Amino acid sequence: MKFTKTLMATTALTMVAGVSGAADMADEMTIVSWGGAYSKSQLKAYHEPYAEKSGVNIINDDSSAEAVAKLRAMNEAGNVTWDVVDVVAADAMRLCDEGLAMEIDADTQLADGDNGMKASEDFGELLVSDCFIPQIVYSTTFGYRTDLVGDTPPSKICDVFDLEAYPGKRSLEKRPINNMEWALLCDGVAKEDVYEVLATPEGQDKALAKLDTIKDSVVWWSAGADTPQLLADGEVIMGSTYNGRLFSVIEEQKQPVAMLWDAQVFDLDGWIIPAGLSDERKARALDYIMFATDTQRLADQAKYIAYGPARKSSAPLVSKHADLGIDMAPHMPTDPDNAKNTFLYNYEFWADYRDDIDAKFQAWLAK
Amino acid sequence: MAALTPISRKPFWLVALVVGLFGAFIGLFVGTANGSGPIGAICGAALLVGLAFLYINVLKDERAGRGITFAGLGIAGFAGAGIPGAVLGAIFGAVGGWMIYWIYEGRYRSYLPPYLTAGQVLWHYAFRVICGAIFIFLITPILVVMPLSFNAENFFTFTPEMLRFDPEGYSLKHYRDFFSNNEWQRSFKNSLIIAPIATVISVSLGTMAAIGLSQSHVPARRAIMAILISPMIVPLIISATGMFFFYSQFGNWMESTLGLDKNLVGYIKVILAHAVLGIPFVIITVTATLVGFDRSLTRAAANMGADPITTFFRVQMPLILPGVISGGLFAFITSFDEVVVVLFVGSASQKTLPWQMFTGLREQISPTILAVATILVFISICLLTTLEMLRRRSERLRGMSPS
Repeated sequence: MKFTKTLMATTALTMVAGVSGAADMADEMTIVSWGGAYSKSQLKAYHEPYAEKSGVNIINDDSSAEAVAKLRAMNEAGNVTWDVVDVVAADAMRLCDEGLAMEIDADTQLADGDNGMKASEDFGELLVSDCFIPQIVYSTTFGYRTDLVGDTPPSKICDVFDLEAYPGKRSLEKRPINNMEWALLCDGVAKEDVYEVLATPEGQDKALAKLDTIKDSVVWWSAGADTPQLLADGEVIMGSTYNGRLFSVIEEQKQPVAMLWDAQVFDLDGWIIPAGLSDERKARALDYIMFATDTQRLADQAKYIAYGPARKSSAPLVSKHADLGIDMAPHMPTDPDNAKNTFLYNYEFWADYRDDIDAKFQAWLAK
Repeated sequence: MAALTPISRKPFWLVALVVGLFGAFIGLFVGTANGSGPIGAICGAALLVGLAFLYINVLKDERAGRGITFAGLGIAGFAGAGIPGAVLGAIFGAVGGWMIYWIYEGRYRSYLPPYLTAGQVLWHYAFRVICGAIFIFLITPILVVMPLSFNAENFFTFTPEMLRFDPEGYSLKHYRDFFSNNEWQRSFKNSLIIAPIATVISVSLGTMAAIGLSQSHVPARRAIMAILISPMIVPLIISATGMFFFYSQFGNWMESTLGLDKNLVGYIKVILAHAVLGIPFVIITVTATLVGFDRSLTRAAANMGADPITTFFRVQMPLILPGVISGGLFAFITSFDEVVVVLFVGSASQKTLPWQMFTGLREQISPTILAVATILVFISICLLTTLEMLRRRSERLRGMSPS
């Protein structure tokens, strides 16, 4: 009798635990991203469908720019308030190394591709870190004012360094990454040797010397929104920024701007889950990631912004822009026409040399 | 005011000098806009000096001279730059024409005492010009965002349509965006929750502190005062870092020990942090009001049998109310404008208006920010008007009270 009672009680308890276990996910989550048109594309493609499906309340925090510093501080204070964070691959690597991001097993914690391909294969080499769940491929490239560059618009990256053919201001990012590579490419270094040269102090000086030739005509930007604003104002005749921003200037805002795809630099952006979340928040974050990085969702994002989906299986599903109705495929950085001459950003190199070259670059800027 | 000084005609060189300077100043702007500042300045000066010479020596009819300058420059402006050019040209013509005769006829002296030397007259007008320049320097950055907030495009740029006063170039879409966009609405709501509650806390604590510190028997008054107003003096970023770690622990404790909801704890943290920032303003304004407060009134009240609390609410409070309210307004504005501390202490659910503007400015330069700024400027104007009216009321009350 007593035994039966105990058994029943245990069964009941197990059942309760089982039931609550299935629903044991936080009902609110904070997703951190970059803001602007990019956050909007995520809202439409991921957050809204997910909230509808699960009833979770999603709060957006546009703090990705300081994600590394803030996660460090939150960890130190023992109060991590973020559930899913959108970061560039390089930041994900740093966070992973410092133990601030959770490791993900792609094959069990991410959805299979719609063609049955395992996630690890579907993302392929884009899984650059154990903590990183790739979302998009974007590129940093140049846009130019069609009405301010004369009759022969720039077509090669080296036109940026050609003050005679294209006099006027150009905007470049206020950091060495990409600028140093472009400078070397235009100083006659072969594409495959760029990082080898850049690893030497002479190579770094060479790149800075090339940048010196246009330094007086450069406006330095630090936020992705700067170059579009400068181009729209006509304050610069060409400038580097993320290709999705340029798409928005050209197609959505109808400004007289065109793309210069030559030597565009590919980079990755994706999610990480902060380490040390409570079980229910972790369960919620993983459930969200599973949903938001499946084949269809990644393809959906491309309806709102011109960044390429990170899954191979998503590429064929990329369709038209949600509002403008134009085909998005030709605006993707990965489109064969645009990717004729691309430059592959070297993560390992920058992880090793970033601090040194940063210091050198800042000193050069201040000169 | 009647004329003080009989006026007489002035020599031509004086007219030429003044209108020449004025013409050069305006010409500098027109010239810069069209490529060369110096050339514009020379042309502007030559134009006005030439006109002055013609009017004084040939035309000799003031009304005709001023009319010709006004209409002529208006038409020239229209030919050069359309309607905005016409407006600016006409204004330039009207002022220039008026100035020629104002100097020539010696009218500039008519309201000044007759014994002033030429140097004193010069200083009299130079002083006004300097004051005007400072005023422009202060107000232009605020005014310039207002028309931009009606931009039909998504950039911080005066488009050619806007400069032509073409209705196509203007739109209310950024205001619509503010009122329909969830993020903006949520942050506006958060600001409206956080700022008033923080204000009430700062006003109560600050007023009590100020009254306590005004008692002569309190030891170490100056030291306590210095500590209390330190949040205003310490750089905000330092306070914010300290608050971040302090309130993280505090928040964890409230969540785990008291079992409070995460969002509620977030609001409590931000409200308390903002109250700390607001308290110094209340202390300073209330202390200043208490200086003029007549202490014999409290003794009189006590004599009549009122206990200290009744005395405070019935006698002291009504008299220092203007100080309390203006301190409260400052506390409110501090919280309403604050971005650094809320970035550190708050989480995304407590995103306030300045936070949303800050991220918006960094990630997407959208004129919605300008629309919000315009709305906030109007809110501030309303608050400051209230402040000024309260100040006048307090002056009136003081004038009536026996001293």
